[in-house]
Amino acid sequence: MTLPRGIRIALRIASGLLLAFIYVPIGIIVLYSFNAARVATWPITSFTLDWYGRAIGDGGVRAALLASLQAAIGATVVSLLLGSLIALAVQRYRFFGREAISFVVVLPLALPGIVTGIALNTAFRAIGLEFGLLTIIVGHATFCVVVIYNNVVARLRRTSRSFEEASADLGADTFATFRRVTFPAVRTALIAGALLAFALSFDEIIVTNFTSGASIQTLPLWIFSNYQRPNQLPLVNVAAVLVLLLSIVPVYLASRLTADPAAVAGART
Amino acid sequence: MRMRGLTALVATAAIAVAACSSSGTSAGPSLPTSLGNGEGALNLVAWAGYVVGGTGGEQVQGYDWVTPFETATGCKVTVKVGLDSANMVQLMKTGEYDGVSASGDATLRLIAGGDVAPVNFELIPNYKDVFAGLKNQPYNTVNGVGYGVPHGRGANVLMYDPSVVTTAPDSWSAVFDANSPYKGKVTAYNYAIYIADAALYLMKTKPELKITNPYALDKDQLAAAVDLLKVQKTLIGKYWGTAQEEIDGFANGDMAIGTAWLYQQNTINAAGGKQVASVTPKEGATGWSDTWMISAKAKHPNCMYKWMDYIISPKANADVTVYFGEAPVSTAACAEAEKQSAGFCDQFHAADEQYFKNIWYWNTPTTTCLDGRGDICTDFDAWTKAWTEITGA
Amino acid sequence: MTGSVSPAAAPPASLARRAAAALYRHPRAQLAGLLAAPLGWLLLAYLGSLALFLVTSFWRVDSFSGNLITEPTLGNYQEIATQEIYRTIAIRTVGMAALVTVTDIVLALPIAFYMAKLASTRTRGIMVVSILLPLWSGYLVKVYAWRLILSEGGILNAALQPVGLKGPGYSEAAVWLVESYLWLPYMIIPVFAGLERIPGSLLEASADLGGRAGMTARRVILPLALPAIAAGSIFTFSLTLGDYITPTLVSNTRFIGNVVYDFVGIAGNQPLAAAYAMVPVTIMLVFLLVARRLGAFEAL
Repeated sequence: MTLPRGIRIALRIASGLLLAFIYVPIGIIVLYSFNAARVATWPITSFTLDWYGRAIGDGGVRAALLASLQAAIGATVVSLLLGSLIALAVQRYRFFGREAISFVVVLPLALPGIVTGIALNTAFRAIGLEFGLLTIIVGHATFCVVVIYNNVVARLRRTSRSFEEASADLGADTFATFRRVTFPAVRTALIAGALLAFALSFDEIIVTNFTSGASIQTLPLWIFSNYQRPNQLPLVNVAAVLVLLLSIVPVYLASRLTADPAAVAGART
Repeated sequence: MRMRGLTALVATAAIAVAACSSSGTSAGPSLPTSLGNGEGALNLVAWAGYVVGGTGGEQVQGYDWVTPFETATGCKVTVKVGLDSANMVQLMKTGEYDGVSASGDATLRLIAGGDVAPVNFELIPNYKDVFAGLKNQPYNTVNGVGYGVPHGRGANVLMYDPSVVTTAPDSWSAVFDANSPYKGKVTAYNYAIYIADAALYLMKTKPELKITNPYALDKDQLAAAVDLLKVQKTLIGKYWGTAQEEIDGFANGDMAIGTAWLYQQNTINAAGGKQVASVTPKEGATGWSDTWMISAKAKHPNCMYKWMDYIISPKANADVTVYFGEAPVSTAACAEAEKQSAGFCDQFHAADEQYFKNIWYWNTPTTTCLDGRGDICTDFDAWTKAWTEITGA
Repeated sequence: MTGSVSPAAAPPASLARRAAAALYRHPRAQLAGLLAAPLGWLLLAYLGSLALFLVTSFWRVDSFSGNLITEPTLGNYQEIATQEIYRTIAIRTVGMAALVTVTDIVLALPIAFYMAKLASTRTRGIMVVSILLPLWSGYLVKVYAWRLILSEGGILNAALQPVGLKGPGYSEAAVWLVESYLWLPYMIIPVFAGLERIPGSLLEASADLGGRAGMTARRVILPLALPAIAAGSIFTFSLTLGDYITPTLVSNTRFIGNVVYDFVGIAGNQPLAAAYAMVPVTIMLVFLLVARRLGAFEAL
């Protein structure tokens, strides 16, 4: 589209500045992961790679990373199932309570995390459920469902029902139609949603704080407790940088899969 | 704990009555009579700096008093560092941990809530060597029944950065006076129990308020303390909630003077770079003596008993108290500490009961006044709300 | 061409096919099948615990032992309504949430527009990845990075010193800065998606009809992007409303999240925490209803 050149340049500069703004703190984190001093001050006087070596060898980091991965995978799988089921129901059928359900589904992400966390904590203790990986997964899945739901609903909204009807006309039964028409249409939305749900679960701290027990610690919780322990600060920065590097690939994949711009719209981060 | 005989007796009786009448306190688990083998694991809740070493304790290069314990008993230790006393009470209520190093503002709540069990001191051989001044204290002994072993004791000192505070301060007025020259660089402990520090200051500077115990405040006395703390808020650059926050604050130049534990001072000075100093001001100070308590729902009680015995054994107690910066619990521990740091016990007044008479250990405020005036005092709930009012304004 | 093509024989009536046929004839059963598991999950796990949470707000705790007393009482709500400090904190938090939301809208629009309409496909792809990537660096880590930046001897003060200015230090301004930073991606992405959906032809048409950039922006782009903006607002508003970690780390003041957390943790007074937590819950429910009206739910 044609815009005055001045405005185009202004927008380009604004975008560049904003991206820089977003990445300055990230740069700080990377910088301080090389800080030799145990106490973080500015400016950094000595640099070292020691912390990277220690982080890779540190059992606590590995255990926390493993726990986070397990929780994220569990939560993503559960929310994939539940999220797509609700999305199909809400998008493809008209029924009493449809509006209410689409409203309620959004709540876990819209209400403050501390409310969800305390509520789930109370409920788990009331029914005597042991705190651990399961309770963490339940807590995470509650808001990961929203992400999947949004994605699938957005995609279904743009997928014409006529395809499904045509499939039925050609003799496919309900399951076959789903398998061969509906599913392929939403597949990339599911994958994008799954990657984003994974990210949400991986980084979550507030709800996890209330739904984990003594025995298990996800990476954000490990970071939180290590910030309280003196002498561990550089280790935390290293952990953060490593996670960042590891996540470049999945994020890139997600964005390629959702090259359909409208699908990015449904991608709730 | 500054309590003379009769008042102590009355207070203990009052607490015992409260403990017996509040819901949830049953007779409790019966005392074990003998110790079996360790169960192989031990999950602790502790203050930062108390459980260092092994694979599950805090990791500090050059310090480890957990591994010898694990080797001797086979109990693998994990520690959850509590953010503050309230966090520790909350963690113990989940029943997921075997023991806790509780300060006096948590101990009575844990006892009254039925979250911790009494201790059979016969199963803890090292207990007999503990200083008399640390035994049978009102904050961990109810009705003659003991609920834990003392870890050590220390005071909340006034820490300062000599490059900013050029003359050593001798009074808490440096952090309470509206005209303090350090406005914007003052820090304070971001927790309701700090109200006692304000009350202590008022006790000495405004005797007309008739405060006799900084943890026994009636409504008017509490209001006076709140007003003082609101004045202090105008001086505050940043509160600290955990030791690490204060360490960062001083290192970064955000804080230059304020209440601290010697742990922060030791850690800052050990890191090289900026050096800090501290004093115990003339008005006296609040302090803490932490007690290792065993959970009423402990899954590994034998390991916990072994830990309680181990942490007050001379070498281990010397290790942890020298690292943290607090007074050890026995003469033998002092002797070990002297080997690591000459003059340590004198510096921390470990055997000086007279010194500790001027230190007001953290205690739990209750409606029944701890100084014996009756039921006119404010409880910790009221203190928490007051603290919200001070910091949230 | 040669020969006849016999019509494919109908597939045998397997169990799956019979079930499918039955489902087709009974769309309600289909629906029920779809909804059973997720609704069960939602109702039991989430709404159930929320309801329980609401119920606890009518109970109280014994202030000494910390044990729950399950006799219903309005005491908690009374206390919140009468004490001025709770109103002050609530107003402060809502104000901050609104400020952060507006800030993020203002920051997001230029970059989102650039990505949607002006950037080449490759640039767009790179920019999307660049905006999503920081979400993986960890919430806490970012806040601590800001603590370093904002501290007295930190980078911001060092950078501003030559100009004679000083950073905000630890304060409410710092909270505004950090919260706006943290939730920016949550606003940029939906707004970007919403702007992308605006057909370029509409913008051309507006220009043809004589509308200059400003007028096109005001009269065409903004109204069409409104649902997307509303959608992004849900997250920036809600995330700021309940946050307690950032205010503790970069300020000396208290927000709603702090009070709720303090009541649960320090005072062990969960009923009071639950009662106060109903404030942000109510606010968010109202916000959601308004947002739905603006079409946000279609733009999420």
